[in-house]
Amino acid sequence: MEMLLEYVWAFVVGGLFCVIAQLLIDKTRITPARVLVSYVCSGVALTALGIYEPIVNFASCGATVPLTGFGYAIAKGVEKAVDESGLLGALTGALSATAGGITAAIVLGYICSLIFSSKTKD
Amino acid sequence: MNDIIKLKNPPHISSYYSVVGSHERSGPLGACFDEYSSDDRFGKDSWEKAESEMQRLALSGAIKRGDFKESDIDALLAGDLLNQCVGSSYGLIDFDIPYIGLYGACSTCALSLALGAILYDSGASSACACVTSSHYCASERQFRFPLEYGGQRTPTSQWTVTGAGAFILSDTGHAKIKEIVFGKSVDMGINDINNMGAAMAPACIDTIKRYFKNSNHTIEDFDLILTGDLGFEGSEILKDLLLREGLDIRDKHADCGLMIYDLDAQDKHAGGSGCGCSASVLAGSVLRNFEASTLNDILFIGTGALMSPMTLYQGGTIPSVAHLVHIGR
Amino acid sequence: MDKEDYKKYVEGRAKKSSYLKNCSFAFLIGGFICALGQGLRNLYLYLGAWEQDASTLVSISLIFIASILTGLGIFDNIARIAGAGTLVPITGFANAVVSPAIDTKSEGYIFGVGAKIFTIAGPVILYGSLSGVIYGIIYYFTGI
Repeated sequence: MEMLLEYVWAFVVGGLFCVIAQLLIDKTRITPARVLVSYVCSGVALTALGIYEPIVNFASCGATVPLTGFGYAIAKGVEKAVDESGLLGALTGALSATAGGITAAIVLGYICSLIFSSKTKD
Repeated sequence: MNDIIKLKNPPHISSYYSVVGSHERSGPLGACFDEYSSDDRFGKDSWEKAESEMQRLALSGAIKRGDFKESDIDALLAGDLLNQCVGSSYGLIDFDIPYIGLYGACSTCALSLALGAILYDSGASSACACVTSSHYCASERQFRFPLEYGGQRTPTSQWTVTGAGAFILSDTGHAKIKEIVFGKSVDMGINDINNMGAAMAPACIDTIKRYFKNSNHTIEDFDLILTGDLGFEGSEILKDLLLREGLDIRDKHADCGLMIYDLDAQDKHAGGSGCGCSASVLAGSVLRNFEASTLNDILFIGTGALMSPMTLYQGGTIPSVAHLVHIGR
Repeated sequence: MDKEDYKKYVEGRAKKSSYLKNCSFAFLIGGFICALGQGLRNLYLYLGAWEQDASTLVSISLIFIASILTGLGIFDNIARIAGAGTLVPITGFANAVVSPAIDTKSEGYIFGVGAKIFTIAGPVILYGSLSGVIYGIIYYFTGI
C-alpha cells in the first residue's frame, strides 16, 4: 500500500507541476522557453528558502523529475560544495551536481545526430 | 494618385506547373498538382536543397508544358522564404536566363506575377517566368524550432506549405493579368507569430479597399476574390472588417491556405501559409478552372508577413503587405 | 480602428486552446513520466545504488528514453498532445538538446551540431548556473 502511494504522489505532484506550466503557456502567452527558465530558477529559489526539500521528501520523483527538480539539484549541489570548499563552491556546485544529466543529454544529442535525420511531420 | 496599374498590353499566363509535398498531395486539391514527393525530400539530403529542387522541377515543368525553349524565356522572377532567397537562387542556377530574386514573404507569388506582367507590358520581356516556393521543414527550422522539437501549436497558427508554382507570362493562354495594385506595408501591432492571419489581414484590407475605391469594377464582377494565405483566422477578420466598411466579399471569397488542406482531418489548425501555398493552388487548381472556363475573372491577393525571428525577439511587431493581381480573360 | 483596438479585436476573437483538454493531458502524461521515474528510482535502489546516484540515474534514463524517441521522430508527436506534460519533466530538456543536434547536422558537426546544440536548452543551463552561483554566495555569507 505504502509502495503504491509513493507512485500516486509522484504522479499527482509531477502532474501538477506540468499543469501549472501548461496554464502559464496557454493563458499568459509566456513562451515555453521562458517557462523552463523560470522553473529552474524557482527550483533554486524554493530550495534556498527551504520550501522545496519537503516537497521532494513527500513526492520524490514527482518533485525531482520536473525541471524545478533540476533547480533543486543545483541548489543542493551548491550547498554541499560551499560546505566543503567555501566560496569556490558557489562556482563549482551548480554544474557538478547536474553534470550527469547535462552530459548525458549532450552525448546522446551527438550520437542521435550521427544516427538520425530529421523527418517531415505527419 | 490612382493606385491601380492597368496594363495596356496584358500578358497571358501561357503555362503553369505545380510541385508539392506529401501533406498537400493528400489534401483536398491533391489530385490537381502536377508533381509531388512522398517524403518531402525530393531526393535531396537537406530541406533547403529540397526546396531548390522544387523550384527547378516547377520551372522545367512549366517550360515543357508550354512548349517553350529555355532560350525563349528572357527573365526569371523568383522568390521563397529562406534567408537570402537561396531556395530560388540555388534552384534556378542551371537555367541560362537572367535572374531577379524577390522577397515578399508569402505575397511573393503575387509580387512576381505583378512585376512579370509589367515587364511584359513594357515590352522589356516577351516571355518571363515567375517561380515561388516554400518548404515546411526548411521554414520551420528558420522561423521556429527544430523539426523534432516537441512543441504545441495554438489554434490560430498556420502550417507552411511544401510546394512550388511556376508561371510563364507570354502571348497566348486562357488567362490574362489585367490590373495590378501593389500593397503598402501595414503594421497593426500584432506580434504573435502564431497568428499570422491577423497580422496580414489589415494589409489585405487596405489593398482591396484601394482597388474598389479606384476601380470601375464592383465585387459582383468577379467570380472569386482569392487571398493568398490568411488562413481561417485572417479570412474571418478580412470578411468581417471589410463588411464593416461596406464591402461584402463573403460570397466571393476563398483563401488558398484554407483550400489546400482539410483543416480537421489534417490537423492544420488555421490552414496553410508560405509563398508555395498560393503558388501551388494557383497553378494546380485556379488556372485549370480558367482553362475549363469555370472561372473568368478573379482578384488574386497575395499576402505576406514581413517579419524575421530577430525582429520579433527585439520586440518588433509584424508588418505585412498584400499585392493584388486581377486575372481575367 | 487603431492598433490598440485592432489588437483587442484580434485577441477577443482568436480561438483559444482548450484549457481543460491541454491541462488534462499535461497532468496525465507529466504525471506518468514522474511515476515512471519513481519506478526506475526504486529499481536502481533495489539494485544497490546510493540515494544520490539513484536520482542521477533516473535523470539519465529518462533523458535516454526521450532522446531515442526524439531521434525516431516520435517525441514531437507525443508532445503535441502532452504540451507541458513532456516539456517540464527532464524529458523536455533532453528533447531541447537532441532536436537541434539532429536538425543542424546538415550544416556539419562544428557549425551545425556543435554550435547549435544549446540553442534551446542554453537558457536553462545559463540561468540555472547563474541562480546557483548567486545562491552559493548568499549561502556562504549568511549560511541560510
